[in-house]
Amino acid sequence: MGCMSSRSVFTVTATARCGVGGLGAAVNTMSSSCVALLALALGAAGCDGFADPSREYGAPVIGEATHGTLIESPQTLGVVDSPLVDVNGTPIGVECETCHGPNPATSWAATPGKPFHTGVGVTEGGVRFLNKHGHLRCDNCHTEDRLTVHLADGTHLSLGDTMRLCAQCHGPQSRDYQHGSHGGMDGFWDLRQGPRTRNNCVVCHAPHAPHFEPRLPAKGPQDWYLRPKPEFTEEGEAPDSEEATHG
Amino acid sequence: MGSNLTRRSVLTAASGVFGAAAVQQALQPLAELEKGFSLDELLQRHYKQLSREDMEAILRRLEKETLAEYGREVQIQDIRPIPEVQYGYALNLSLCIGCRKCVEACHKENNHDRQTYNSYIRVLEIEKGGIDLQDSSVTYDHQVPAKKKYYMPVQCHQCDNPPCVKACITKATWKEPDGIVVVDYNWCIGCRYCMSACPYEARRFNWTKPEIPAAEINPDQSYLTNRVRPVGVVEKCTFCAHRTREGRFPACLEACPTGSRVFGNLLDPESEVRWVLENKRVYILKSDLGTLPRFFYFFDE
Repeated sequence: MGCMSSRSVFTVTATARCGVGGLGAAVNTMSSSCVALLALALGAAGCDGFADPSREYGAPVIGEATHGTLIESPQTLGVVDSPLVDVNGTPIGVECETCHGPNPATSWAATPGKPFHTGVGVTEGGVRFLNKHGHLRCDNCHTEDRLTVHLADGTHLSLGDTMRLCAQCHGPQSRDYQHGSHGGMDGFWDLRQGPRTRNNCVVCHAPHAPHFEPRLPAKGPQDWYLRPKPEFTEEGEAPDSEEATHG
Repeated sequence: MGSNLTRRSVLTAASGVFGAAAVQQALQPLAELEKGFSLDELLQRHYKQLSREDMEAILRRLEKETLAEYGREVQIQDIRPIPEVQYGYALNLSLCIGCRKCVEACHKENNHDRQTYNSYIRVLEIEKGGIDLQDSSVTYDHQVPAKKKYYMPVQCHQCDNPPCVKACITKATWKEPDGIVVVDYNWCIGCRYCMSACPYEARRFNWTKPEIPAAEINPDQSYLTNRVRPVGVVEKCTFCAHRTREGRFPACLEACPTGSRVFGNLLDPESEVRWVLENKRVYILKSDLGTLPRFFYFFDE
């Protein structure tokens, strides 16, 4: 066991503590208080290597990356905000199938005087709704019944496979996603030891309004030295300033 | 009988009695120093000098102390590095929106003091068009991302040439074989030289005993990482070594809603972090200092 201190001041200590087989052995020969005080006063003897080399590493991980990556892929269409609001003023969400399914509830769709697809950035029937996804029309992505989607070349896609649809325009994002540098994930970096969960595009980006709206951040640090500094005037410290104290 | 009672033996016995009393007297202030103070802790050896049995005993003692002081049963482990793994972390400055979810996750995962809302991560809000750390803000409290601003989370860079390790006079901090710089909280004397040496301001000091409600304590703990620290020691980010050495992602990565954070094994050519370093524009904070960080920033096109 090589015990060396980088500072010559502590070399004596290091030799004394390690040279007699560590503190445990020393306790037997000296009174414990002396050792304790010595340790307190000079407690500066770390060793560069491990006394027990088997403690340096844990068990090696053997085998291939057998665990997979599960991608959260919603299999159904989402919910759109309707012009109706609840008591809190929050728009009531309506599932697409309510109107576009086999048994449409037409009364919902025909709210007079108000466009229905609030928050859906599309042009529909000459009416311009919120422009949040470029100048796309429904038909650019949806099939005629509006319940499934298709690629630009007409290939039908299941709703769980929409990442291919998004990748048609968002190439760099798709490339980054495939290399694990876009979109959040959970689980294991080491696929030899456990699986990973990822999101597909529409889990985070609402397809009709994909941009993240600005939001309030989580709580910031509250260290005493980060608090606003008191402002100084010609008369001295401003009267309303609080003196910074340790938090 | 009388012949056995020599002057020498009487003096030896007397000095023994007096000596023991004197030692007890001398140690009295230490014993009253703080509740929960133990001689075992005082006599504990350096982390690297401990045998497996020593370590086991220390972990059980620390679990008992946590239960006594915080009222929560925790499991403290000593998790060692995985062979042939070198950790690297990359963060996409183009994606980060400054939401501080990583800060929050770190705060909870690593059992930080609730009052100071301590965390190993600080998110700097910086004016676009330069890297002006001096005028950046970490206490911003408005909707993010703000216009004309970008966000740079800063945490320990796990440098390959760590100034903090060189500054430590007690060798209480060192670089592990997998690249993580750790602190033995029971060996640190709280001189804070490492804090002034760190160019990233990545280290934190426990000015007070951490206050954490029992229900909020993360019971999944390890000796070198997120166990509740004592007062008066320095602590730092370990890339959540108690998680990453079990193959899991760090808590800050899992909390990130944008996927700005990329973590992995630098020795694995198929890893995501390697792809980022090979294919993206990478920026190293304060690279001129020669600290050789394991933490990289990168940009989209």
